[in-house]
Amino acid sequence: MTTTATPSARPAPLAAVLRAETRLFLREPGSLFWILVFPTALMTVLGLIPSFREADDALGGRSVIDLYVPVAVLLAMIMAGLQAMPPVLTGYRERGILRRMSATPVRPSALLAAQIVLHGAAALGSAALVVAVGRTAFGVRLPGRAAGYLLALLLAVACVLALGATICALSRTSKVATAAGSVAYLVMMFTAGVWVPVQTMPDLLRRIVEFTPFGAASQALDQAASGHWPGAAHLAVVLVWTAVPATASTRLFRWE
Amino acid sequence: MSIIEVHGVRKAYGGRAVVDGVSFTVDEGEIFGILGPNGAGKTTTVECVEGLRTPDAGTVRVAGLDPVADRQEVTHLLGAQLQESELQPKLTVREALELYSAFYRHPADRDALAGRLGLDGHLDRRFAQLSGGQKQRLFIALALIGSPRVVVLDELTTGLDPRARRDTWRLIEEIRDGGVTVLLVTHFMEEARRLCDRIAVIDRGRVVAVDTPGGLIGAAPGSTVISFTPSQPLAHADLRALPGAVSAEVSGPGGRVVVQGTDETANAVITLLARHRITARHLRVTEAGLDDVFLDLTERAS
Repeated sequence: MTTTATPSARPAPLAAVLRAETRLFLREPGSLFWILVFPTALMTVLGLIPSFREADDALGGRSVIDLYVPVAVLLAMIMAGLQAMPPVLTGYRERGILRRMSATPVRPSALLAAQIVLHGAAALGSAALVVAVGRTAFGVRLPGRAAGYLLALLLAVACVLALGATICALSRTSKVATAAGSVAYLVMMFTAGVWVPVQTMPDLLRRIVEFTPFGAASQALDQAASGHWPGAAHLAVVLVWTAVPATASTRLFRWE
Repeated sequence: MSIIEVHGVRKAYGGRAVVDGVSFTVDEGEIFGILGPNGAGKTTTVECVEGLRTPDAGTVRVAGLDPVADRQEVTHLLGAQLQESELQPKLTVREALELYSAFYRHPADRDALAGRLGLDGHLDRRFAQLSGGQKQRLFIALALIGSPRVVVLDELTTGLDPRARRDTWRLIEEIRDGGVTVLLVTHFMEEARRLCDRIAVIDRGRVVAVDTPGGLIGAAPGSTVISFTPSQPLAHADLRALPGAVSAEVSGPGGRVVVQGTDETANAVITLLARHRITARHLRVTEAGLDDVFLDLTERAS
């Protein structure tokens, strides 16, 4: 009906939302530190221990730092999806920010989508930094099967964001979301191999951990790093852990 | 011409009707007040107008459009200031104006709007750093940024100091003078009386009266209060017999008389005094406040 030509100077509504949320994201030094700096810093500290840089026969001729690169990559994702994102999204609901936007022509889901995209992008950026520093500072070889590595990375990011979104959907307040995020975060750090790399876990424990999203993602990344295609079973585990929470969170999310 | 039509709207939560058959129409270009005690269903009613809630029964039309079915169109011609909503704490005033103006087809001039609302000196301040009055002015700006035909202002001045409240009233009048219809939710009598062209009084989910502020006051029994100190005592029976009088009291050492009634009562008092050759000292004829009318209306309903 209306034949209004959009003036070219005016940004598209969704682009404007993404731009505003990007600015806000860059104003959160805490989140930026934990997502972008901390994983690389942790890997660097471990890499400075001389014995961790030596090839170990018990690790199939690899060094501890070789195993810690994927761990630090997963750590970046956990920080973004489970630690940083849930309080932001629940805060938007709690403060009536979503409600205010629902009285405009733009749906409030645009705000949530922008935050999810930003946290995902930050996690991937941090992963790239980890791999780059691992290569330049400690001579960790770049993933042998780059496409497989990227696939595992993207799946892992999608998974952590879906899990974070589920925490928001289930939490009434941002305090609850922070608490739930912290519990999930400790569990995920363990299964991702932050304390003991998955590849060096005792057999039985490793088999159990492989059914968790980050245990499986860790194995997938490790396989791709060693030049193989990630095992279909591992990818399938991550995929299920992505699809189920993603569906649940979209159904359960309360807008008010 | 009416721009908002609300007919028989009902909305229940958990079996309890919060809005129970509300009907009213708002003419284009007027300030229409929704007045009522807390919990009367005022906010739920306007949320149905804004399309934020779907009524269980009844119809709502904004410029002929259904706010739920034609949500997208309605958001372009209706601007809203919501009760208890915030913005992102670290978003600056400038960024908020930029962001919201990108949502609309015909955004208002941001600089002019900021100037009009006295926000031009605070463009780089973050939302969390603004005072209560500044936040409300920003919310008015965001309600107006899409060049709407209607704005809904819900408890806009609650929590503001008297000066900020008066400044806000002036802004609301300016909005109306600019040709925008204002739907104003309030529980302040003074605000409703000062600003509104017409008022719907809502109590327990029902409209108990719709009229101009003057009409509401005039229609109420006992809306005119006559008080004086007579030079000689008056017979109580004479006072009681005054036409339209709802109460007559004699009190105090000086025997001050207070009669509540209508304009007719006031005339009859003068005649009565003249007939008995009594002079009245400190004669005052005052209008009852909207408060009294409001209490009367909401008590009668119960």
